[in-house]
Amino acid sequence: MAESGDLFRRIRGRDGLATLALDLFSTTPNPSPCSYSGSAKRLRLGDAIPAAMVAEEDRHDLVDSLSEEILFLILDRLESEPLDKKSFSLVCRSFYAAESRHRRVLTPLRSDLLPAALARYPLASRLDLSLCPRITDTALASVSGALRSSLRSIDLSRSRGFSQVGIGNLAVNCAALVEINLSNATDLSDAAAAAIGRARNLERLWLARCKMVTDIGIGCIAVGCQKLRLLCLKWCLGISDLGVGLVAVKCKRLRSLDLSFVPITKKCLPAVLQLPHLEDLALVGCLSIDDEGLISLKQECKSLQVLDLSNCQHVSHAAFSSVLNKAPGLRQMSLAYNGLVTHSLATSLQKLSKLQCIKLDGSEITTSGLGTIANSCKSLRELSLSKCSGVTDEGLSSIVMKHKGLVKLDVTCCRNITDFSLASITSSCTSLTSLRMESCTLVSKEGLRLIGQHCHLLEELDLTDNDLDDEGLRAISGCQKLCILKIAICLKIRDEGLIHVAKSCSKLQEIDLYRSVGITDTGVVAVARGFPLLQIINLAYCTGITDDSLRSLSKCSNLETLEIRGCPQVSSLGLAAIAVGCQKLTNLDIKKCYYVNDAGILFLACFSQNLRQINLSYCSVTDVGLLALASVSCLQNMTIFHLGGLTPSGLSAALLACGGLTKVKLHSSFKPLVPKPLLEHIEARGCVFQWRDKPFQVELEPSEVWKQHSQDMHVPDL
Amino acid sequence: MSSGSSRLSISAVVISSLLFVSLSILSSMAEATTKPDEAAVQIVYVERPEAEEPEAFHIRTLAAVLGSEEAAKDAVIYHYKHASSGFSAKLTQSQVEQLSKPNIFGKSHKGLIFVGLGSRVFFRLYLVGPTASMDPGQALLESWGCELTSQERNSDLPNCLKGFYGRSLSSDLMFCVKNSETANRLLEDLVLEKWFSTDSGAKMDFKLRRPLEASSNASSSMMSEISRNLKPGLPFIQCDSTNICYGARQEQSFSEFPPPQVIQSRGLYAREQKTETKSQLEPSSAVNDLVMDWNPRLMLSNLSFLEQKIHQVQDIVRSIISQEGRANELAAQQQLVTADLTYIIIQLISTAGTLLPNIKNALLSATPPVGQPGVMANLPVNASQKQHEVLPMELAKASEYDELIKDLNSGGEGDELIKCLNNSVAEVSESIPIEDHDIKDYDDGLDGENLPPGSYEVLQLEKEEILAPHTHFCLICGKGFKRDANLRMHMRGHGDEYKTPAALAKPSKEASSEPAIIRRYSCPFVGCKRNKEHKKFQPLKTILCVKNHYKRSHCDKSYTCSRCKTKKFSVIADLKTHEKHCGRDKWICSCGTTFSRKDKLFGHVALFQGHAPAIHMDDAKVSGTSDHAQVGETTNGMVANMGYNFSGNASDDAQSLDIKDVDDGQGYFSPMNFDACNFGGLDEFPRSAYDVSESPFSFLSTGTCSFIPRNSEN
Repeated sequence: MAESGDLFRRIRGRDGLATLALDLFSTTPNPSPCSYSGSAKRLRLGDAIPAAMVAEEDRHDLVDSLSEEILFLILDRLESEPLDKKSFSLVCRSFYAAESRHRRVLTPLRSDLLPAALARYPLASRLDLSLCPRITDTALASVSGALRSSLRSIDLSRSRGFSQVGIGNLAVNCAALVEINLSNATDLSDAAAAAIGRARNLERLWLARCKMVTDIGIGCIAVGCQKLRLLCLKWCLGISDLGVGLVAVKCKRLRSLDLSFVPITKKCLPAVLQLPHLEDLALVGCLSIDDEGLISLKQECKSLQVLDLSNCQHVSHAAFSSVLNKAPGLRQMSLAYNGLVTHSLATSLQKLSKLQCIKLDGSEITTSGLGTIANSCKSLRELSLSKCSGVTDEGLSSIVMKHKGLVKLDVTCCRNITDFSLASITSSCTSLTSLRMESCTLVSKEGLRLIGQHCHLLEELDLTDNDLDDEGLRAISGCQKLCILKIAICLKIRDEGLIHVAKSCSKLQEIDLYRSVGITDTGVVAVARGFPLLQIINLAYCTGITDDSLRSLSKCSNLETLEIRGCPQVSSLGLAAIAVGCQKLTNLDIKKCYYVNDAGILFLACFSQNLRQINLSYCSVTDVGLLALASVSCLQNMTIFHLGGLTPSGLSAALLACGGLTKVKLHSSFKPLVPKPLLEHIEARGCVFQWRDKPFQVELEPSEVWKQHSQDMHVPDL
Repeated sequence: MSSGSSRLSISAVVISSLLFVSLSILSSMAEATTKPDEAAVQIVYVERPEAEEPEAFHIRTLAAVLGSEEAAKDAVIYHYKHASSGFSAKLTQSQVEQLSKPNIFGKSHKGLIFVGLGSRVFFRLYLVGPTASMDPGQALLESWGCELTSQERNSDLPNCLKGFYGRSLSSDLMFCVKNSETANRLLEDLVLEKWFSTDSGAKMDFKLRRPLEASSNASSSMMSEISRNLKPGLPFIQCDSTNICYGARQEQSFSEFPPPQVIQSRGLYAREQKTETKSQLEPSSAVNDLVMDWNPRLMLSNLSFLEQKIHQVQDIVRSIISQEGRANELAAQQQLVTADLTYIIIQLISTAGTLLPNIKNALLSATPPVGQPGVMANLPVNASQKQHEVLPMELAKASEYDELIKDLNSGGEGDELIKCLNNSVAEVSESIPIEDHDIKDYDDGLDGENLPPGSYEVLQLEKEEILAPHTHFCLICGKGFKRDANLRMHMRGHGDEYKTPAALAKPSKEASSEPAIIRRYSCPFVGCKRNKEHKKFQPLKTILCVKNHYKRSHCDKSYTCSRCKTKKFSVIADLKTHEKHCGRDKWICSCGTTFSRKDKLFGHVALFQGHAPAIHMDDAKVSGTSDHAQVGETTNGMVANMGYNFSGNASDDAQSLDIKDVDDGQGYFSPMNFDACNFGGLDEFPRSAYDVSESPFSFLSTGTCSFIPRNSEN
């Protein structure tokens, strides 16, 4: 039975591909990606099947005669379309084989798929295991055996369960390995570090949060991996000056070094700064570094381009100035969360002629400081003043007037700036591609209109929690390159404004309409039509939307994230439409969609096979729905609170059936009801339970903030 | 050769005159104790055989006593073949006596055993076990007729003699352990002299000499010594490098170089000194006997001896020239030459010294070379090293050696020496120059300041005060406090008069108005150099210094290191310092070098290409096994249930998975169904950084549990 089915499908697949192949040959020899993509889609959707039924033998020969180079060329064009590649590989044996040899990146969804993947793709050079929470030494051994010569990069940052044995296997067998990400391997010891040290060709190594690794381990790495270019030791609390010093002595090729939150002192800094090629140095949160250490530094690091000194609380700006003077080639600098930024600190920036990016998030900035920055950095392109206090119209204006080439500007939560700032920003920095100004509450709706009127190159715009209205949106519609638009908690916007945007910004991929209570189906329909590339949409607490919105959104086939939390008018019908239409959906939040029941979930379980994360709280889903959902093999993350129809046994069955779970949030009342051995078993599979005792809240009660906003607006409900 | 024969005759005369004295002493002691049936390890020194293998010779010698060669072989523990000639064996007292008696001339005695074999006699000092009735050290001393001052008797002497207790042969070293000062004194009191005529072969003499009766007992063995050295064909062993290291071991020096010689007060030191003092002492005895400023015969023999020496050195140098190339031999010979030359120089000086009218002054003036700091510092160390090399049996006492060395280095003997000298040689004035020469550095005594006496006020705390945990006591209730401020706060509770601001203020305020008096402290221990009564008093700077000094020098070491269990400290801070690097060498390089400090290791690794820090094997093993255990547990517990084994044949699994994937029809009708791999880029779903499973366990696979959707036909 299975064989015949297989045969049947193969024939059909092959014929379909034959059509594709003919299409290919009929077009220009060097066709555009679109034509391939389009053809592939036709194949996938079965358009060519009738033709295929009458296909002849010579066509088969034709397909088989395609050389591998040509197939590779085709596959190159399909790189962004994984589904098409899958279809491609199902055409025939030669196509299958070609696809196997072509693929370089493997990202297994579950660890049990790893052997199959390794067998099928022997030439993969990059293995991303970040979706496999448990990777054993045996698995790593099979990886090192299967990809012995080809593996160049492996990501184990989200995996556990392996030890130095597995790493040693990789390091010894995979001679081509240049990149290992071992972040979050909190239980890895020095022995594992010594095993890494055997990978002589390693160039990039991430060891973030490897808290057990000590100086001895990093010493082994420093001696063994002398070709290292990038080393991330963030949060490696076991490492001290000695280890870092040795790294600096041994790994002379280092370009990038991340020492954030490592308990180092000034002792290792001279050696680090003497690295001849060091370009990127992060010293975030190095609390042991103090003024004295930085001021006494003699070395000048001319190669340094990126320096992150955020959160160094024991360093005053005199020390910062001294460091900045040592790095004349600096392009990017971050002094976030370091307290006061004054004129004197800013003057030290004057010598940094190449400085392009300054991040001063969370600092306290004086106007004179801003003025000095304005006068000093000639080539400034990016400026982040997020959450800075003391940013005034005067200071900000002085900067934007001087730096007309500013590309990115972040003034999130700079609550003192007014329309005046915005006027100067929009008038001088017309080449802005990114503007983030969440919660600039003093800016009026008139001011916000200026953005759309002047900054036509904007790609990212964050106007969350502002006084934006439809007129503003209408102006924004002039930004045709817009990809990301965040207009959450702009309570004044209505469908009309959204329609304006939808008409022009066809490239939009992400829109945030959280608590935009004025939005109804009309607006969402316009959004769905206007943004065909939409990937992320947040409609949480947009209480006006119904199933119609979802039906229209189901046409956005790229949709990956959908949040419709607290939309009580949405029902299973809408969800079913989404499930059928948006098959790339990975993240779904339907909390407090009271009318979503098992029927909707069943559709979801059937069609949304890519679903990874779901929030089902307060829905009318029962055991049946949950069990069906458990069949989604990708599902990793579930939040289930206050499901009326859920019984402990149903929950148990669902948990048991859903093998890929990594995190489940459950109400703590279930904890005693679910059998303990079962929980232990699930936990042993790599799943984490978070038991929360959340009170049952039926009403959608807006918090004080929303009430305050709604006072001067004519929003009827909430 | 004519001079040699003349000396011979002199030697014979002198020895015969002294024989009676020494024998009488011996006989008086012989009654004291012997335990004939108790077998103990004995070291027997014999002459280095010239014609046969040393081992065979040893066995043959022993067989004569034990009956058979087999028994002898069994009994022998170790053969000393290199530095000295001899063997160690477990022997009973009677056997020892037998060994020393018959075929040879030898004598055993309670404290001493002299074993002579062949034409020469070697000497061995050993100590018997404790007697039932009294402290053996005390017994020994008293049997020697030593006079101990009451202080010595009461305080540190029994302590310092601990080494005597129950020690067998190897304990001879313990003569000088524990406390270098006492050891010195002891050696002074128990100066041993032994002489043997070599060529005559029938004469034995040994002598116990006490400083108090030094003049009466002084004797000379110069002749025998010289004649031995003149004996043609004999190796010039007394100048061998191994002989330089006498310091700690008296008997070894005797074994190879039977010095005709009183061990002077500095007997612990080098051979040079010994020889030099020898030449001094000879005249002293001669003076007493002959009442003459100096002995021309002795001078003559000295000079001819020197001449002989120089010839020998010449020979050695010639042989060096002839046989070039062998590096270690060369080095040894160079050392030999150096030692010889040193010897000659000292001999010359001392010979010249005999010309001085006053013997005692001559004696004293000869000591300065001994007192040279370099000699002082180097010799004991050297000695112990050699000891370790040569006599493995005694390695067990290494820690005590160390102590000895420490004691020797830290000094203290100089003053004792002077004291003893003062005791024994009453006429010597205190202003004689030797005292200046004897100034030595104290490890803890060097303050780096030279306050003229009287420019500071000396305080001496009482012992109880020093050892008290609290230094501030309430005068009313007696409660003790560590800090004065705390005491003042406490005093408030005793009444309103203590609550005034003046009472609560720092008392030092008034004191600071006055010109600061320099205060120095004295150790309450009488006889200590830090005691103000001491002639060469060196004050202590602070109270803390006093405390630490007193605890270190005059208290029991009550803190034992919990790791090595051997090191003891009297100051807890010392213990802590020690514990920081005690135990295994924690930091190891891949080249095998060990470091007690991490930064040293990293310096080393940074310096050398290819060296890496090594991970402790036990650490690695522990973590490794735990990992295995964990994996195994998981595998056993879970995988079996779930019916999927990762470690199975990968290709087979792949095959089956693939087929399943293809079979379910999903791939065709519902093209969104992905198979095994997420095809690039679809894994972009944002995950929080802390989305990592916190459980140490996780599970391999759940293939059989997932439902396969069958809905594609809808």
